[in-house]
Amino acid sequence: MQANVISARNLSLTFQTNDGPVHALKDVNVDIGKGEFVSFIGPSGCGKTTFLRVAADLEQPTAGAITVNGMSPAEARKSRAYGYVFQAAGLYPWRTIGGNIRLPLEIMGYSKAEQAERVARTLELVDLAGFEKKYPWQLSGGMQQRASIARALAFDADILLMDEPFGALDEIVRDHLNEQLLKLWARTEKTIAFVTHSIPEAVYLSTKIVVMSPRPGRVTDLIESTLPRERPLEIRDSPEFIAIAHRVREGLRAGHEDV
Amino acid sequence: MRSIVPILTVLAALIAIWYAGAVALNADWARQQAERQDRTLTTSELIVETWNQDRPRLPAPHQVAVELWDTTVEKKITSKRSLVYHGWVTLSVTLAGFGFGAALGIALAVAIVYSRTMDRSVMPWVIASQTIPILAIAPMIIVVLNSIGMQGFIPKAIIATYLSFFPVTVGMVKGLRAPSAMQLDQMKTWNASGLQGFLRLRLPSSMPYLFTSLKIAVAASLVGTIIGELPTGAVAGLGARLLAGSYYGQTVQIWSALFGAAVLAALLILAVGVFERIVTRHMGFGR
Repeated sequence: MQANVISARNLSLTFQTNDGPVHALKDVNVDIGKGEFVSFIGPSGCGKTTFLRVAADLEQPTAGAITVNGMSPAEARKSRAYGYVFQAAGLYPWRTIGGNIRLPLEIMGYSKAEQAERVARTLELVDLAGFEKKYPWQLSGGMQQRASIARALAFDADILLMDEPFGALDEIVRDHLNEQLLKLWARTEKTIAFVTHSIPEAVYLSTKIVVMSPRPGRVTDLIESTLPRERPLEIRDSPEFIAIAHRVREGLRAGHEDV
Repeated sequence: MRSIVPILTVLAALIAIWYAGAVALNADWARQQAERQDRTLTTSELIVETWNQDRPRLPAPHQVAVELWDTTVEKKITSKRSLVYHGWVTLSVTLAGFGFGAALGIALAVAIVYSRTMDRSVMPWVIASQTIPILAIAPMIIVVLNSIGMQGFIPKAIIATYLSFFPVTVGMVKGLRAPSAMQLDQMKTWNASGLQGFLRLRLPSSMPYLFTSLKIAVAASLVGTIIGELPTGAVAGLGARLLAGSYYGQTVQIWSALFGAAVLAALLILAVGVFERIVTRHMGFGR
């Protein structure tokens, strides 16, 4: 009933390097439906980040097709269809947290009043209300990453592309942020594409898991999660969770064997 | 307050070395003078003698201090013998040269960062320009400009500009390229225009680099101005004071002009530092 938000058909991307061509993506077929939370997992070099960058129009595919909101990635980028969260928070040190979240709004030409309203709303969404006037260096790494998520949410794109956003954080902070991210997803009904190399993180968060393997970067398994949408942290000890994690691990191993 | 003690200790040591140097360098002349007058000097007489000559090889600190006091406080500032007057002549050219140099440096840096052609074609020339000894090129600039009727302020300011644009260009190129690939990608995901990327990302990122290079540039501009004052017939300015002093063997005057220039340089760098603090505070650069 619902058209796919992101749809890739036989998507390939080959980088020409001095050591010969590198197949970052080869014949990748992925569909992401509206409101889904899709994780891309695999070892480094499997093309998971490249896939996200292609969807964001930061890389150009060499073959195949991809649509974002039914448009080409370039059109989607120009219509500001997605918010992109990078691995590092990348907040500007000369701007306050509020100023950082306001940055894309200024660029997109929102009115001053609208900017203030949206900054307040998104700060509240990531549980950072009251930190608007603080500078990035006054916040912990986890809080900075939350601010960067708020910045990606501020202009109300339907799609959130997240490239290992919690990769640099410790386990405890990461658990906490994962839980918060699920709540945020439930409240905002965004479509989220999430790159990670953590199996528990992928299983805990996702409605669908795309398992990838390198050389050439390709999809080795597509797992539809059977977990309910409501997920307390304890769900990670359930047999169902462990079964899915097991299947992800098998998929990763399969990708490694035929290299 | 505790931090002032080591500074004063170093200063005292420097002054002590200076006085000792004055004794060593001026002793010959003092002995010769005494010989002519058929006097023999005791050690203490000799030392006092070396510190109070009219044209010593190395004037003692108090002689320079007295000269500085005489030529700044005692003289009217409109007087040709006032160091304040000469300092102002030098300062005005320095500021003009610094202003032109900074503007030219920033403009070149922007062009170099945004244009591959400029990067490849102009950058080598910018570096080559600084390998020419300024002492060699300064008289030529003066002569060439004089032949088209320009003299005085503008030729000197051009020499100051020539020296001061370089650190600004190098610093600004580095600064404008400081944003990471990720930050530039991020701008792209917001579909920011080139101008927005420049004003909101590249320019603020470059500020720390800019101010560091401005401090070097303002000192270079002062040096350029003083060198520009040397071949102009030595009418006015600290450079003129230096030249006149060396013509007439007025070492005390040379040293006081040198100190005047050093104080001026320190004040200029300090002023850039204050400006930096105001700007970065205002921008919100932390700590």
